[in-house]
Amino acid sequence: MEAIRSFEQLEQYRERLKASENKDLPTVMICFGTGCQANGSRDVAEAFRKEIENQGLKVGVQIGFKTTGCHGYCENGPLVALRPSDILYLRVAPKDVSEIVEKSIKKDEVVDRLIYKDVNTKETIAQYKSIPFYKFQKRISLRNIGNIDPTSIDDYLLHDGYKGLAKALTMDPDAIISEVEASGLRGRGGGGFPTGSKWRSCKAVPSDVRYVMCNGDEGDPGAFMDRSIMEGDPHSVIEGMIIGAYAIGAHMGYIYVRDEYPLAVKNLQAAISTARDMGFLGKKILGSNFDFDIKISRGGGAFVCGESSALMRSLEGKVGEPRAKYIRSVEKGLYDKPSVLNNVETWNNVPVIIFNGANWYAGFGTKGSKGTKVFSLVGKVNNTGLVEVPMGITIKDLVEKIGGGVLGGKEFKAVQTGGPSGGCIPKALSDLPIDFDSLTEVGSMMGSGGIIVMDEDTCMVDVAKYFIHFLVEESCGKCTPCRDGLPRMLNILNAITEGRGKEGDIETLQELCDVLTYGALCGLGTSAANPVLSTIRYFKEEYDAHIHDRKCPAGVCKELITYRIDKDACTGCTLCAKKCPQECISGERKQVHTIDESRCIRCGVCKDVCNFNAVKIE
Amino acid sequence: MALTMKKIDAIISRYEKSEESLLAMLQDFQREFHYVPEKGMKRLSEILSVPESKIYAMGTFYKALSLEPRGKHTVKVCMGTACHLKGSGQILEAIERELGVKRNHTTVDKLYTIESVNCVGACAMSPVVVVDEDYYGHMRPSKIMDILNKYK
Repeated sequence: MEAIRSFEQLEQYRERLKASENKDLPTVMICFGTGCQANGSRDVAEAFRKEIENQGLKVGVQIGFKTTGCHGYCENGPLVALRPSDILYLRVAPKDVSEIVEKSIKKDEVVDRLIYKDVNTKETIAQYKSIPFYKFQKRISLRNIGNIDPTSIDDYLLHDGYKGLAKALTMDPDAIISEVEASGLRGRGGGGFPTGSKWRSCKAVPSDVRYVMCNGDEGDPGAFMDRSIMEGDPHSVIEGMIIGAYAIGAHMGYIYVRDEYPLAVKNLQAAISTARDMGFLGKKILGSNFDFDIKISRGGGAFVCGESSALMRSLEGKVGEPRAKYIRSVEKGLYDKPSVLNNVETWNNVPVIIFNGANWYAGFGTKGSKGTKVFSLVGKVNNTGLVEVPMGITIKDLVEKIGGGVLGGKEFKAVQTGGPSGGCIPKALSDLPIDFDSLTEVGSMMGSGGIIVMDEDTCMVDVAKYFIHFLVEESCGKCTPCRDGLPRMLNILNAITEGRGKEGDIETLQELCDVLTYGALCGLGTSAANPVLSTIRYFKEEYDAHIHDRKCPAGVCKELITYRIDKDACTGCTLCAKKCPQECISGERKQVHTIDESRCIRCGVCKDVCNFNAVKIE
Repeated sequence: MALTMKKIDAIISRYEKSEESLLAMLQDFQREFHYVPEKGMKRLSEILSVPESKIYAMGTFYKALSLEPRGKHTVKVCMGTACHLKGSGQILEAIERELGVKRNHTTVDKLYTIESVNCVGACAMSPVVVVDEDYYGHMRPSKIMDILNKYK
């Protein structure tokens, strides 16, 4: 591998790559994101490899082939995109491969059964960019993901990689900070703190050693945008960190990645090593006088380590407990040195902001929240996956236009944003623009960008209980409000969902929420009240139904529901009786079956196996 | 016994001998032995000059580490929000019922350890179960044993 020692050499190298690239070469791009791999994209890739080899040998047809990061439309994996025709095939199996090559690569035909079909309008669309899921997106952070092979630095360079760095190294470090400030970029990890200001405060602290860190400990349940970036475009994160380090004068950087993300660790490790070999990391980067290197640290499966001070303790090889907030990490961070910690998505925006300029970036988004944001749109929605849109899109547009509406034609009830620190926003507020400040105003928060769609079958008390249970398990135990307050809240929520709720429970919950908000040590505790407060605020009638009527309107809380077989729908196929672990379903073949409620454990197996939708929950 | 010690030393030698590498070394112990052996913690304490109590604290703090031997296969049930909404609770219960042990425990034959995890980041295929490194999406309580039996 050629080491690059000057800006001129970098551009010459890039020109050589461009010259040897055949843009018209039909190319098969197979998604190797975690979702598609789980759905079998490795087998599909293998089938393509064989088919392409055969075609090359037999008929001399040249076909390009690459595996890419996550295309975002994970619901429909394995995804296969074709260039230059831009056709996107969904749910591709190895048996479809030879047909795709015959029809869509050697000829200009489309394999109809593999293209997108709108669940609502039944319209079919072959072109990637015309599918509603993609049509309304603006991909800045995800600019390369799905287009490049994450294991190839050449592919990154072909897509303008390290151009931001080359420009940055010719700039005055303070001017870089000013540019980031002017872009209006705010921390994508949840807090929304202005990135440029953070850098400037860190630089203002006198010290001979500084650090930059990347927070890849994406712990919010229901969010996987950072995973996708680290897996699908690792060099963009590395490039952002080098620029940040140069701007504040750091020579060492750390990426803290969740251990649950093995592919992200692997791709980042490989990218760092190639970047080092080519002179983007190490001594005298691109022939400048700037030295910088990056180490990866794997997290240990503790949610609290996503909190900045806990993350730094964990990086130092200690137990990841947070410390009080009055000590700022820009002054005393890692090893008590001035440090900048940014999230994966924040870092990966930096190179394009520097290259295209602050004004370009600030042209997207709203007054207070510039640029775009990646969301993981999941839950009870038709099109699930990763989407990137300008800040300020309304909840309604996100769920309906991009998400294709609620799954199974059910009634939309709420979206949950911000993970365990966020809240639930009801349907009545679906014209709300999604940006940092609007979400906070309604009692939720941006968080890292998880948007979980909930429908009429979602019990909001159960959702509150779910998050509090999550936080009880993840609380590090250092401060009393969090350690002891959360279990008290969980006890009350358990009682309510089990039909033991009583008058005054809601008020007690609200009081405990106050204690946490004002008394907890770190962000995990101070924001822990949001899931409870927001559900009480918008869905109090559901709490009342549980407490006073001993009913769960959504049919979720086990102690308050019964399973029943619908006489008219049951065909007497005996399947449920055979599968019931309690053996409490009886009935003759071809006769209506019945469930013995006294022995039923509400495990849901009968409902799951019934082919006639005859098992109902009441 | 000697073999274990050799492996322990081999893992330690992969990293710089500083406290910073402690978590990575413990994670490698976990991968190699399916738990963090006491001998390993003692050895680390000697080599890195870190008190044993601190290493023990790490072992109990981080969920990825276990001080008890785990089963041959780890069955992780994702408890992320998207999975929760789509019924991961019933899936976890089905696994507990079928294997006869509760979460964070290992079957008597040492074949499976059941774990509940907070979001594996594969929300689009929820509910998700991960067996060792293999992801299974759109899980249903009735399908779980077909999958687990593949690992026997």
